[in-house]
This record gives sequence, structure tokens and C-alpha cells, in this order.
Amino acid sequence: MNIKIGKSDNYFKKQLVVAVTALNAVDSPGPGVAVIRAIRECPDFEVRIIGLSYESLEPGSYMHDLVDKTYQIPYPSAGTDALLGRLMYIHEREKIDLIIPNFDSELFNFIKLRDKLAQSGIHTFLPDLEKFEARDKVKLFEFGKKHGLMVPEDKIIHEAKDLKATAEKIGYPMVVKGKFYDAIIVNTLEQAQKAFYKIQAKWGLPIIVQEFINGTEINVAALGDGEGNAISVIPMRKLYITDKGKAWSGITIDDSSYIELARKFIKVTKWRGGCELEIMQSDDGKSYIMEVNPRFPAWIYLTAAAGQNQPASLVKMAMGQKVEPFTEYEVGKIFIRYAWDLITDVSEFQKISGTGEL
Amino acid sequence: MKLKKNIATSEEGFVFNPGTGDSFSTNPIGAEIISLLKEDTELHVIIEKICDKYDVNEVQFGKDLDDFISQLTESCILENN
Repeated sequence: MNIKIGKSDNYFKKQLVVAVTALNAVDSPGPGVAVIRAIRECPDFEVRIIGLSYESLEPGSYMHDLVDKTYQIPYPSAGTDALLGRLMYIHEREKIDLIIPNFDSELFNFIKLRDKLAQSGIHTFLPDLEKFEARDKVKLFEFGKKHGLMVPEDKIIHEAKDLKATAEKIGYPMVVKGKFYDAIIVNTLEQAQKAFYKIQAKWGLPIIVQEFINGTEINVAALGDGEGNAISVIPMRKLYITDKGKAWSGITIDDSSYIELARKFIKVTKWRGGCELEIMQSDDGKSYIMEVNPRFPAWIYLTAAAGQNQPASLVKMAMGQKVEPFTEYEVGKIFIRYAWDLITDVSEFQKISGTGEL
Repeated sequence: MKLKKNIATSEEGFVFNPGTGDSFSTNPIGAEIISLLKEDTELHVIIEKICDKYDVNEVQFGKDLDDFISQLTESCILENN
């Protein structure tokens, strides 16, 4: 009888404990569930997923096939001390290897805590604070000028009375944007004032007023290694857009100009981690960077479906593994988002509401 | 008149432009014309072939073909000359 014994990678796979935020899935969903789905699909490691939620009704918390355990964490406004305290409590119980934060508004705190987390053995894979802030909406125009990237002209304002002078400079239509989310196209001063107050009430000041660029909107999901290399770049054209401007369906496309643009962004910033470039190709063929989101987009699972699993690659790099840049992906891969009524019991809701854990 | 190299087509008349993500559907005659364009067939040869095969007036078909080519050009399906 010929009996052989060989090493099977599966036997020696270490289970990684990965904590992920942004488990909400409203009509403007957080990327957390998609990030987890992509990570779970990677055959190179086993994972235990810890969900980090802010509210009791974030759907990801109840998706037990995706999320093993959920802990609530304090809102970003509570500051880094409160966050660190909670994360250490969770770490004592779960021995977290890696945290992947996915909300714009929480990234500042996580970047600030990066070194302290590392001292406790918790890896992250985030951009430096300087790079994170340079691509901020309120600084994007200057950032573009500095690095030779086309960005629409904008003006940062703190008072509605500045809208008139801004409109005279930029011209209508223009886009009134919040510092974190929301953008409203306006054609008159009255509309601009209404948009200003609406966004101010929701997201605070300042307000960004940006030149409107007419054209085709392309989104690019990219992953940088922190040394200037783009490990993955996937351009996607939105096929169906919600009234909030979010992609409800999209398709991977083959256009090297978007890929080059994303590579250039990653090279000049030495971006570490995932990001999303919102690009507008104007009718005369110019590609403007409208926004740079400093984290994976909600449609990130499409990158895995197209052959470049960006969340899984981030996990590998965060854990110290060298990842070679992807060179190919499938063009014409489509995602179609849908809403699904997850049924749970009040006991689960009671548990997370009462104890902050599920 | 050439179809862009990366344009994907099907026998059923589905056309996909991977550069823009746009997709189109044509009727069977449109699909036949696209298939001929894919083989770099000259326009006058397309007119001859279609008019031989179907009961259609050459002048009328020539006009319809011009319209169709305009639509393909607008949709960025054809190579820029």
C-alpha cells in the first residue's frame, strides 16, 4: 500500500480574528458586510469575524453566517479614549488580529489609535494621517493642484451669505456638499441656500461648494500598499443610481485611463489601504476626481467577483504578507444590490440593545 | 468603418462596450450588419449583401444604414477614423 503524507495548507491555517465596522445596510449602505463577504471567500485563511456596530439595528450584526460576534462601539464623537477603552475590552475577549474600519467619520480616530493598537498586537492597514487629511473634500482642490490631478474648482464656506459670491465665481449649476456625505446640485441662489442649511443641519460645517461637471460618473476601487504601489484597481460604471446618488447596480469596465489615474493617486500619496475614487469623465473626455473616499466602497465585493479580492489582499498585507499587484480582472461583471428582510427575534435585539454584544 | 476591437457582440444582437459599460440590443438585421462590420466589410458590400438577401430597395436601405452607422458612432461602438 502506498501511503503518502503531505502538508496541507488547510491544516496549518491560523484562524485570524478580523474586526470590521460599517455593518449597516440602508439605502446608502456601509461597506462592512461586503468587506466581510469578500474576506470570507478567500481560501487562503480562516477567519473569525467580529462586527463592530454603532446601533442596535445594523443588519450585519444579525447575519450570523457572516459575523460571528458583534460588539457595539462608541460613536466617533466620543473620542479616541472611549474607543480605545472599548476596543481593549473586546480585544481581551477576542484576541483581535486586525481591525478594518469602513466609515469615513470613524477613520480619524482609528488612525490616531494605530500605534496604540499595534502595541496590543492589533494590526490595521490605514493611510497616514497627513495623507488621509490631504485628500479630504475640503482640501481636494489644493491636493489636485499639487499633484497634477484634475479636480473641479471649489470653495469652502462657513456661512450661507458667502453663497452669492461663490456662485458668481463658480457659476451655476454648482454642487453643495457636506464634509462627510451628501451633495445637492443647485441652479439658483435660493436652491443653494436651502441646500446649505439642509446639509449644515445634518453634517455641520464647513460646506463645500463645487463646480458642476457634466459627464459620465465612474467609480474606482483601489488598494495601495503604502509604498506607492497599487495592488488592485477596479473601475466600475454605475448602471442604476438611487435618489441619493448611490450605485444600486454597476458593471466593471475596461478603460486604462481610470486605472492610470488611480495608480497615480496611490503613487503620489503612498496610500495604504483601500480607497474609492469618484471620477467624472466630462463630455470633452477629461477625467476629474470628484472625491476620494478613504476606505472601501459598499460595492467592494465586485472586486472579488471580478478576480481582484481587495479586502482579502488588505488582510494579507496587514498581516505582513507581500502581495503582488493584480494585473487582470473580468470586464462586464455586474452587481445588482437588493433589499432582503432579515427576520430575527426580539431576544436578539434585546441582547445587543441591553449588553452591547450579540 | 470598423467596430472597435474590444466590442463584444452576440448573435442575438446584444452589443457590449467594455470601455464604457454601455450595452445595446439590435434587431436581427442590426445584428447581421454588426457581424459584417466586425469582419471589416465595406459599407457598399454590406448594402449589396443585405439587398441580395432581403426584399429591400437599395436606396432606402442605404439611408437606413447611414442612420444605423450614426447611432453606432454616437454610442462609441465604431473606431474613430
